[in-house]
Amino acid sequence: MESLLSIAVGILFATGIYMMLRRNLIKFIFGFMLMGNGINLLIFTVGRLTRGTAPIVPEELEYLDGSVIQDFANPLPQALILTAIVIGFGFVAFSLVLLYRTYTVEKSLDTDMLQESVLPEVTP
Amino acid sequence: MNDATNHLLSGWLVLLPILIPFATSGFIFLFRKQLSGKGLQLQQQIGVFASGAHLVVSLLLLQQVIAHDMLNVQSSNWPVPFGISFVADGLSSLMVVIVSVMALAVNIYSLSDIDKLRQHFAFQPVYLLLIAALSGAFLTGDLFNLYVWFEILLISSFVLLSLGNTRAQLRGAVNYVLINLIASSLFLAATGLIYGYTGALNMADIAVQLSTLPQGIVTVIAVLFLVAFGMKAALFPLFFWLPPAYPAPPIAISAIFAGLLTKVGVYALIRVFTLFFVYDVSFTHTILLWLSGFTIIVGVLSAIVQDDIRKIVSFHLIAQVGYMVAGLAFYTDLGLRATIFYFIEDIVIMTNLFLITGLIARYGGSFKLSKLGNLYRDKPYLAIFFAISAFSLGGIPPLSGFWAKFMIIQASFAGGNILFTLVLLFGAFITLYSMARIWQHAFLKTSENKTLSLEEGNLTQSKRNFYIPVVALTALTLLISFWPQPFYTLSKQVSSQLLSPQNYIEHMFSEQNTASPFKVKESKGEGH
Repeated sequence: MESLLSIAVGILFATGIYMMLRRNLIKFIFGFMLMGNGINLLIFTVGRLTRGTAPIVPEELEYLDGSVIQDFANPLPQALILTAIVIGFGFVAFSLVLLYRTYTVEKSLDTDMLQESVLPEVTP
Repeated sequence: MNDATNHLLSGWLVLLPILIPFATSGFIFLFRKQLSGKGLQLQQQIGVFASGAHLVVSLLLLQQVIAHDMLNVQSSNWPVPFGISFVADGLSSLMVVIVSVMALAVNIYSLSDIDKLRQHFAFQPVYLLLIAALSGAFLTGDLFNLYVWFEILLISSFVLLSLGNTRAQLRGAVNYVLINLIASSLFLAATGLIYGYTGALNMADIAVQLSTLPQGIVTVIAVLFLVAFGMKAALFPLFFWLPPAYPAPPIAISAIFAGLLTKVGVYALIRVFTLFFVYDVSFTHTILLWLSGFTIIVGVLSAIVQDDIRKIVSFHLIAQVGYMVAGLAFYTDLGLRATIFYFIEDIVIMTNLFLITGLIARYGGSFKLSKLGNLYRDKPYLAIFFAISAFSLGGIPPLSGFWAKFMIIQASFAGGNILFTLVLLFGAFITLYSMARIWQHAFLKTSENKTLSLEEGNLTQSKRNFYIPVVALTALTLLISFWPQPFYTLSKQVSSQLLSPQNYIEHMFSEQNTASPFKVKESKGEGH
């Protein structure tokens, strides 16, 4: 299972980076989303895959000694991924709005438009 | 006072620099509806007051840290490797003090500099959120938590950068946002890999576990971190997003970005390259040395061809980051000491230069050197303030920049690195030239450009707000220049702390921190 997921992570990274290298900025955002999913999957995979029980310790198991914990899924990567997903969502939402505003001003989302400087002479 | 109360108080002291701006930011956001009337003024007053309170608690924190070496607090009292730790060691608490001084100065400046429209669109709450995130990033002792603070920092800087929606701002923001999306993805991936290999996220725990890993893997992760933080710190090949982004927003926002944002990247580099990746110094720190050399050269050479003062200062900002990273790259006591001293004096100068640049443009009506002139004749005090900051940046004795550059060059000589010393001297020389260029064109030259008065612009508030921070920061520069001893001692203490990471680890794993607060019957092994 680990090797399968590793290949999936690799594919997501490769497609993500390919998309990020395109000139269209919308495609950059899609690339970022793919790569973000790849990273989440990476964290999930490195956090030990177990087909165990949910990480809720029953009351009679008072101590988590080494032998018992093996049977539980690792909850920490899931918490990390959840945080990363929320943050990534916020970033994507902000970037899309920013690109939309940029498009209405520049009438283009090609990276070439970023080349020349448009700094105004005085502070806006 | 007994031990437990003491522990509790110091825990609160570590958290307060984060909590004060964070809570205030949320609170004053509630005034959004009443902003047309009294609400805006109230919002600003509370904001400035919160910055002041932030300064007070961070000074208290620094004083406590100097006395006790290191303070930490565990969220929900979880024992050390498990819960999220907040750690105030010398570097963190020093950085938090610098943040709070700059935050207060720029907040006062912003009262006059930021126009009504931007103030209405929640400038003040987002600004305080940025301060909270900066403090959080400096104080956290958990790698994933550092990532979260970085993201809060980024999203609030995105908002500040694009607030107002002018064309230059949008372009700058697109550059800045996209590069930071890549940087934080890499940071997250590297954190994930570290977690995979060590099973730890607590920085002290990671430092312990990494020593048992094969060297190759650690170096790969180190380089991932180097790229991620290098983008944020604007190191050599990854700095191109900075020049279009930083000059675009109103100058108060540029000033706080210039002072603090790239420094967070440098701080993170210092943290990981003194705590985690210290086993293959000849490889990783040599990369850092090359990068810092190129950063200095490219930064200063790009600065001298610019016409816009904001761009000149932005390129110098990049070059200064090179100097700071140089001290880290030597990885000697002298070098790190120089880096810490550089932090203290350079953040003050950079912020002040941006603030003064804003005043130059308000008086001269332009940021372009080719259009400015006459300012020495018409505004002699402004000229003096500029001269002090600018020539300190260039490293003229006895100003504070001289001490910092002297220490870096001394460390470079001590390392026997003659070529690199030449690079450092070259950088300082060109910096001086380009500061002299601003002096010549904006201040000395006579031109037909008429000097405006501040009231002629659409100024809503008093001009006092412009001068208080500039005077205060200039005074601080002079203080560091003529009385560098306490700052030097502090840098020395911080650098010796950084060079002995085992103290950090021992402190975190001390009895007090690892004892479980829960009433558990005796059990064998906690399980990891």
